[in-house]
Amino acid sequence: MDAGRYIPVLILAAAVAAVQLFTLATGSEYYLTQLTMSAYYALVIIGLCTLMGYAGQISLGHAGFFAIGGYTVSVMTTYDFSGFSGSAVMGLLGTLGLASASGGELHLSPWVSLAAALVITVAVAFIIGIPILKLKGHYLAMASLGFGLIIYRIVLGTRIFGEADGISDVPGFAIAGGLRVSGSPELRIQNYYIAWTLVIIGTVMLINLVKSRAGRALRSIHGSEEAAMAMGVNASRYKLYVFVISAVFASLAGAFMAHLNGGIGPSEADVMKSVKYVAIVAAGGMANLWGALTMGVLLNYISLRGYLGSYDDAFFGAILIAIMLFAPEGLINPAVMKTAAVRARSLIDSIKKKTGRGGHAS
Amino acid sequence: MAFEQVLQYILSGVTNGSIYAIVAIGFNIVYNTTGIINFAQGEFLMLGGMTAISLSQFMPLPLAILFAVIITSLAGAMIDFVFIRRLRNPSVLMMIIVTIGLSIVIREMALHIWDEKVRSLPYFTGSEVTSISILGAYISPQVLWVLGVCGLMVLLLGLFFRYTATGRSMRACSSNKTAAGLCGINTGNMVTISFMLSAAMGALAGCVISPITQTQYDSGTSLAIKGFTVAILGGMGNSTGAVVGGLLIGMLESFSISVLPMAYKDAISLAILILILFIRPSGLFGSREESALKEF
Repeated sequence: MDAGRYIPVLILAAAVAAVQLFTLATGSEYYLTQLTMSAYYALVIIGLCTLMGYAGQISLGHAGFFAIGGYTVSVMTTYDFSGFSGSAVMGLLGTLGLASASGGELHLSPWVSLAAALVITVAVAFIIGIPILKLKGHYLAMASLGFGLIIYRIVLGTRIFGEADGISDVPGFAIAGGLRVSGSPELRIQNYYIAWTLVIIGTVMLINLVKSRAGRALRSIHGSEEAAMAMGVNASRYKLYVFVISAVFASLAGAFMAHLNGGIGPSEADVMKSVKYVAIVAAGGMANLWGALTMGVLLNYISLRGYLGSYDDAFFGAILIAIMLFAPEGLINPAVMKTAAVRARSLIDSIKKKTGRGGHAS
Repeated sequence: MAFEQVLQYILSGVTNGSIYAIVAIGFNIVYNTTGIINFAQGEFLMLGGMTAISLSQFMPLPLAILFAVIITSLAGAMIDFVFIRRLRNPSVLMMIIVTIGLSIVIREMALHIWDEKVRSLPYFTGSEVTSISILGAYISPQVLWVLGVCGLMVLLLGLFFRYTATGRSMRACSSNKTAAGLCGINTGNMVTISFMLSAAMGALAGCVISPITQTQYDSGTSLAIKGFTVAILGGMGNSTGAVVGGLLIGMLESFSISVLPMAYKDAISLAILILILFIRPSGLFGSREESALKEF
C-alpha cells in the first residue's frame, strides 16, 4: 500500500484550511460562500470525470442527477406530512426521531430525505444506465442529453416541483451537534469545511477506485471495449457501476446545495449545466481527477462570482472548442506541462545563444 | 372524439411533423458525408431565420431569404475551415464536444447581436388568420409551404447525392474516407461542401418555419433535438425516412396533448428518442448491417 497517493490529498486539505485562514485574516469571508458552492459543483465534476475520463463514457445529463438529489430533498423536507400522521411508517419515523411535528405540521428529518434522494438516484441511474451504456458515441451523447432534458421538462411542468419558481424555504440540515448545512452567514465557515470535507472524502474514494483493479479495468474499456472484454473484463458491469457512482456524487451535491441555498430552481436541471460540467472535465484533462477538481473549483468560482457577466455560457462554449482544438489532453496535464517546460527552456537557451553571439560580434 | 377533432389533431401533427422533418434533413447531409452529427445544426436554422428577418426590413422577402441562405452557408463553411479541419485525428467524443461548444457560442453571439426578443418573418401567403379548410378542420397555408419545401429538398438532395459527381464523392467520403482519398477525391473539400449545404438547408428551413414557430436566439436547440429524434427514427442519413419519421412524431405529440398535460409534450418525444435508441438504433428505414459498420 503506497502512501504516496495521499500526499496531494494532504496538500488539498492544507490549501483548504489556508484559504479559510487567509479570508479570516483579510476580513473577506464572503468569498467562502462561493467557494462552498464551488466545492459542491466540484463533487459533481470529479464523479463525471471518473465516468468520462476513466470509463470513456460521455454524459450530457448529469445536471439531471443533481436535480434529482436537490428536488427530492427539497420536496420531502418542505412537504407537510400531517395527512399521513396516522400511518405506521410515520409512527415509526416519529419514534426514531426522524419526523417532527411543529405548529400542526409534520415534517421529515433531512436524514430521511437524503436517504430517499440517494435511493431514488441509484434506482434511476440503474434503470437508465443499463440500456443507455450499451450505446456509443453520438447515440450515447444524445440519449443522456434526452434524459437530462426529460428531467428538466418534468421539474418545469409539475406543480409539486414548483414549476418555473422552483422550491424555496428548504430548512437547514442539522448533521450532528452544532453542525448545520444552511445559508445563514454566521455558519459560513463551518459550511465551507463541511463541503470541503465531502470533496476530500469523495476524492479519496475515487482515487482508490481508479487505482484499484476496477480502475484498471475501466481504463482498458476506455482503450478498447472489445479488447477489454476479450481479456475477461465485464465491461457493461463496470461501466454501469461507474455511472451509478457518478450519479450518486451529483445527487449528493444537489441535496447539500439545496440545504445550503434553502431551495432549488429548474435552472439547476438545465442542459447548459450538464454541458458546463463536461466542459470543466475536458479542461481538467478528462482522465485526471486532480485536474478536474482544480478546474471545477476555479471555473465554477469565476462563474459564481459573476466575473463573466452575460458571457458566462459563451465562455464555457469557447472553452469546449479551445480545449479540443489546442489542448485535447486538458490544461492541467503532466505531459503538457513537461513539454511546455522543455520548450520554454529551449527558447531561453536560443535567446541566450543569440544574445551571446551578439556580444561576440560587438 | 369527433371526426373534425381527430382531423384537427392530425393536421396540427402534420404542421409540427413537417417542421421536424425539415430540421432532420439538415442533420442527414453532414452525417452522409462525415459520419458525424453536427450538434450545431439547430443554430443554422436560428441564424437563417434571424438573418432573413433583419434583411427583410430592407428588401423584398424572397431576396432576404436568398441572402440569409447564402450568409448562413458561408458561416457553415467558416465553421469547417476554422474549427473542424484543425482537429488532429479527431475522435467521435471530440467531434461531439466541439460541435456542442460551437452551438453554444453561436447562440450566445446571436443573443448579443439580436437580443432576446422573439421575432418572426411575415407569412409567405396571407396572414396568421388565413386558413384553408380541409373537411371541416383548418390548416395554415404556411404549413403547405413547409411541406412543399420539405418535399423539394428531399427530391433535390436525393438527385444530388445519387447522380452528380460531387454528391457521389460526398457519399464515398462517408463510407470510407481513406479509400475516397485514394480515388482522388479531395475529402477535406467534401466536408466543407457538406457543412455549407447543411447550413444552407438549415437556413432555408429556418426561414420557412419562422412564421409558425417564431425565431429567438435559443430556438435552435429544441428544434435540433426534435430534428435529431426524427432523423434517428427515420434512419440516419435517409431523407425520405426523415419525412415519415417527422410526421409520425408530430402526430404522436399532438395526440399526446389530448391525454397528458401540455408541459410534458417535449418529454414525450424525448422518451420516444430514448426508446428508439434502445430498441432499434438503425431507425425505421435504416439497415442494421450498415449502422453496425459505423463508428459509434
